[in-house]
Amino acid sequence: MDGTSVQPALGGATHVWPPGLTRVPFWVYQERDVARQEQTRIFQGAVWNFLCLEVDIPNAGDFRTTFVGEMPVVVVRGDNGVVHAFENRCAHRGALICLEDSGSAKDFACVYHAWRYDLCGNLVSVAFRHGVNGQGGMAKDFDMAAIGPRKLRTTTFCGLVFGTLSEATPPIEEYLGEAIVGRVRRVLKKPVEVIGRFVQPLPNNWKLYMENVKDTYHASLLHLFFATFRITRLSQGGGVLVSESGAHHASTTLAPAQAADTTYRDAGLRSDNESFRLADPGLLEIRDEWGDGIQLQILSVFPGFILQQIHNCLAVRQIVPRGVDAMDLHWTYLGFADDTQDMRALRLKQSNLVGPAGFVSMEDGCVGGFVQRGTATAEDEESVVEMGGSGAETQTTRATEAAVRGFWKEWRRLMEV
Amino acid sequence: MTGPETLFRLATLNTAYAACIDADRLEDWPGFFHERCLYKITTADNHRRGYAAGVVYADSRAMLHDRVSALRQANIYERQNYRHIVGMPSVGAEKDGEISAEAPFLVVRTMRDGRMDLFAAGVYVDRLREDTDGVLRFAERLVICDSSRFDTLLAIPL
Repeated sequence: MDGTSVQPALGGATHVWPPGLTRVPFWVYQERDVARQEQTRIFQGAVWNFLCLEVDIPNAGDFRTTFVGEMPVVVVRGDNGVVHAFENRCAHRGALICLEDSGSAKDFACVYHAWRYDLCGNLVSVAFRHGVNGQGGMAKDFDMAAIGPRKLRTTTFCGLVFGTLSEATPPIEEYLGEAIVGRVRRVLKKPVEVIGRFVQPLPNNWKLYMENVKDTYHASLLHLFFATFRITRLSQGGGVLVSESGAHHASTTLAPAQAADTTYRDAGLRSDNESFRLADPGLLEIRDEWGDGIQLQILSVFPGFILQQIHNCLAVRQIVPRGVDAMDLHWTYLGFADDTQDMRALRLKQSNLVGPAGFVSMEDGCVGGFVQRGTATAEDEESVVEMGGSGAETQTTRATEAAVRGFWKEWRRLMEV
Repeated sequence: MTGPETLFRLATLNTAYAACIDADRLEDWPGFFHERCLYKITTADNHRRGYAAGVVYADSRAMLHDRVSALRQANIYERQNYRHIVGMPSVGAEKDGEISAEAPFLVVRTMRDGRMDLFAAGVYVDRLREDTDGVLRFAERLVICDSSRFDTLLAIPL
């Protein structure tokens, strides 16, 4: 389908997709029909969705509620230690089964009519099933096993729990590919500990945020903080690794060379402001925990998971779409369980770089909204994604939009457009 | 320093603190803190669970100055301003010249296009003591937001 104008296989949509991967039409961020179909074709399709961390549910009965796309999901550790996940929807009238963010339970009972589920999400009892005083109740042949919330297959990798609704999803390591597997293993090399959680509602379609994550071109241009302190500049070493499918990516930035770098000043760009210096430079202290000189690694797993290492600041981010033009970004800040007091203190200081108030993340919160608003009536126009060529392959530069093209390659495959 | 006089000093301090931010005199804001201090914006949920991270975490007045210079010189965000409504503080124990206090707050955010939102609600959990110049300053101000959600971005301090 690549290279030709095609009618999207989306009921009701009349827009066409321009040839190649270098143009993205704006209707993809606007159409209700697209958003609905993404739920089934992408989030409920042959993908692994991040559900939670293993450390969130260490013991049998421990659960978290989360989302797969917009589908509410309960993820729980079963008696046998296996992680189960099921739709947070009662088989009876569809109410949420579990109303807490996290906790520990022996079973789950819907508050509406007290239908009860075991830790695997199996319906195990129906209140007044046999009626009251011989009257009412369910039919004699009512089969509890025949109904229930949808169940997900789960898998764990490096302490991350993923779930899928499709039988076709390959094993996680195959899904990620060898290169991405290595990049995840690099960061999550030992047990982690949660040190904070925040939710950041963003006024844009979820794909605009994922593109921003994969867009290695913008980082040192939009984020002045980054550029001035050489946390990352495109002229530093590094590159972007794109999985074979295009779906996942990992971008890396190496420690800067010592020589003065005037690339930005020479280009007259706003983001080179040499006069900007910190009164407390403690924030910029970096410890090379991995011994490989990689100062920064941003990794994404299609469709909505991000693993972040910015200096010693570790976090996972989960994208939860909220209709066409809104999404929630769930941040979980991490440390390693064996952090020394010093190391933990450094991570807390560095956490100022990320999150809703992050010196280098703040702008990512608003820039998606700028696109959403800027393209209000531009559904038949398209964005230009041509930096670094037209392919979606691994590159040794970050002055490229290869990973963004990779995202669309996979999105189009699953959406069949 | 006990009784109504303390309450009055704290209420006056909170009023001045709010006015400083709301009137965009952010350069004066670090002056409300001791040189060595803790200023943290977090959520009630994180606080309850003992999670140490904040969306803003500063352990020195210099870091607060850096926040302000980053906002002025580096960070990109749409023009907006806050209106803080800070409730009457409740004064806790005073020990070795250090006062514990709490005060509830609401912050309304007005965007450049006029859109107004209730941006944050929560409680300031404070430890204060007089500085060498006799001025009462925060040794610690924990900004504990009731909600875990921070809409779009948090640029200006709470």
